[in-house]
Amino acid sequence: MTILRTDHITMKFGGLTAVSDLNLEIPENGIVGLIGPNGAGKTTVFNMITGVYAPTTGNIVFDKKDITGIKSHLITKSGIARTFQNIRLFKDLTVLDNVMIANHLRLKSNIISSVLRTPDYRAKEDHILKKSLLLLEEVGLIEYKDDKASSLPYGKQRKLEIARALATEPKLLLLDEPAAGMNPQESIELMEFVKEIRGKFDLSILMIEHHMQVIMGVCEKIYVLDYGVNIAEGNPYEIQNNPKVIEAYLGVDE
Amino acid sequence: MFNKKNLYRMGLILLTVIVLAILNSVLGKYQVRILNLAGIYIVLGLSLNLINGFTGLFSLGHAGFMAIGAYTSALLTMSAVQKQANFFVQPIVPWLANIELGFLPAMMIGGIVSAIIGALLAAPILRLKDDYLAIATLGFGEIIRVIFTNTQSLTNGALGLKGLTRFTNVPYSWGIALLTIIFMFSLRRSSYGKAFMAIREDEIAAEAMGIDLFKHKLLAFTIGSFFAGVGGALLAHLMGTIDPLMFRFLMTFNILLIVVLGGIGSISGTVISAIIVTVSMEALRFLDSAINLGFVVIPSVPGMRMVLFSMLLMLVILFYQHGLMGRDEITLDTLGGFFGKFKKKEA
Ligand SMILES: Nc1ncnc2c1ncn2[C@@H]1O[C@H](COP(=O)(O)OP(=O)(O)O)[C@@H](O)[C@H]1O
Ligand SMILES: [Mg+2]
Repeated sequence: MTILRTDHITMKFGGLTAVSDLNLEIPENGIVGLIGPNGAGKTTVFNMITGVYAPTTGNIVFDKKDITGIKSHLITKSGIARTFQNIRLFKDLTVLDNVMIANHLRLKSNIISSVLRTPDYRAKEDHILKKSLLLLEEVGLIEYKDDKASSLPYGKQRKLEIARALATEPKLLLLDEPAAGMNPQESIELMEFVKEIRGKFDLSILMIEHHMQVIMGVCEKIYVLDYGVNIAEGNPYEIQNNPKVIEAYLGVDE
Repeated sequence: MFNKKNLYRMGLILLTVIVLAILNSVLGKYQVRILNLAGIYIVLGLSLNLINGFTGLFSLGHAGFMAIGAYTSALLTMSAVQKQANFFVQPIVPWLANIELGFLPAMMIGGIVSAIIGALLAAPILRLKDDYLAIATLGFGEIIRVIFTNTQSLTNGALGLKGLTRFTNVPYSWGIALLTIIFMFSLRRSSYGKAFMAIREDEIAAEAMGIDLFKHKLLAFTIGSFFAGVGGALLAHLMGTIDPLMFRFLMTFNILLIVVLGGIGSISGTVISAIIVTVSMEALRFLDSAINLGFVVIPSVPGMRMVLFSMLLMLVILFYQHGLMGRDEITLDTLGGFFGKFKKKEA
């Protein structure tokens, strides 16, 4: 079963083709990697999938529905959540609020009953609070729940961003360089964390990553982009031994 | 715990009511007027704070929405005779000529009309970012004012409306102010309030969390316009006279000043700053005589007060952007610890 398929998607910014004719297939419950040198178009792929940009041509099918060009917030609602390459937390709000906000999209109360705090709204809010605390517990951030998000150490901020994405109850999680700025030890922990949440939350995951150790250790399938073109795909072993990849990417990186 | 907190809150409100009742009975007519103004500016400050401080929409059209509330409510409370006396250049449109409502329903309708027009005007421009939104909303205020100046048979044009019954008293102005304060605290605590703040913090992330930016911005703007309209209605029935010039950009500026001085995003900051600004605007009245209240006329440089307040605003923006309270609040805990010990905490 495929949870997400991109069908010949191309993204042009003026004269620049950031992504060209890309076909991705993400199996349900799979962890798929998307790698390539800086500027290869990886983040642009995420932006197309999450509706930040509509692809210039091509279609995106998620969960058997065509989601091409749909608004970003509706895509989140349909079950795709993401993190950002440059962490985008709600800095001035608490860790708990960051996670609680991610539940707002599934709140079925109008603003009037929310402000009046009707029993019905309070029950829902209580449910969200419990759920958020549980999530923070599970990802190991519960002790920071009342701290401002910006006060967390870098690695924890990355984790909070993942927790916040999980709170939207996604079926597919997109991680944009989750190990960026981490030391090898933290990267390995992150790798375990990614595997763990896949099982716990019944997720499919597409991740962009530069740490080869992480990518090779966690992904079942890898796509390689170079100048917006998919130059290779396959399992970690195949990718590591693909001469095109070594030339375009691995060789440069090491 | 929860009940105890609520009990304290009730106590605090009761205390405020008692203090206001005492002030209302011991203060002279002029001071009571200032007290009323302070209540009204709390409503106005909080309404702009919702748009600007919670949601991060830089709006500069507030005076326009106040004008809508002021005119709508005034036209609804005026008697047929009053209207006839006012509209001597051109008679008032027939459907308005004989309507006469009580102050409270007129005020609410004023708020609702302002909210509806706010929503209609905002809908097409909410996509704009910061400076562009500010410029567009600045346009609103002026457009509304110009329309009001030129719809003679509806608003009496530049002549304005005179002889309104001065319904606004301390129970009205501060009653509405207290309700607005409670509303704002409750809103901010709610899931919607958090969604507003998420938009302020990071639009892209907020949208990625499934928050419908358009819907929530529109909601914030509409609610803000409602309260601006209500504030305008209170002001109209305090002054007894309104005209389009009253709702120039200067009015928006005063309210913006309150919000910035109080700390953009802070409810208690806005409340305190509304009181301070209102009182000092009056206390510093001797600096200029541009607006003559009929008490004393001191010939001086007109606009000196505004120069002073503008400089203050610039100083705050340059050196103390957090204002009085930053985004923090005075909570029950901080009140417990008396004034000196400011243990700031999010409510
Ligand atoms: N909004 C945009 N407008 C113009 N060019 C863009 C935009 N977003 C990305 N690009 C360009 O597309 C290319 C791919 O960028 P990106 O997807 O961020 O690469 P990666 O994530 O692989 O490092 C880069 O050349 C970048 O400058
Ligand atoms: Mg990138």
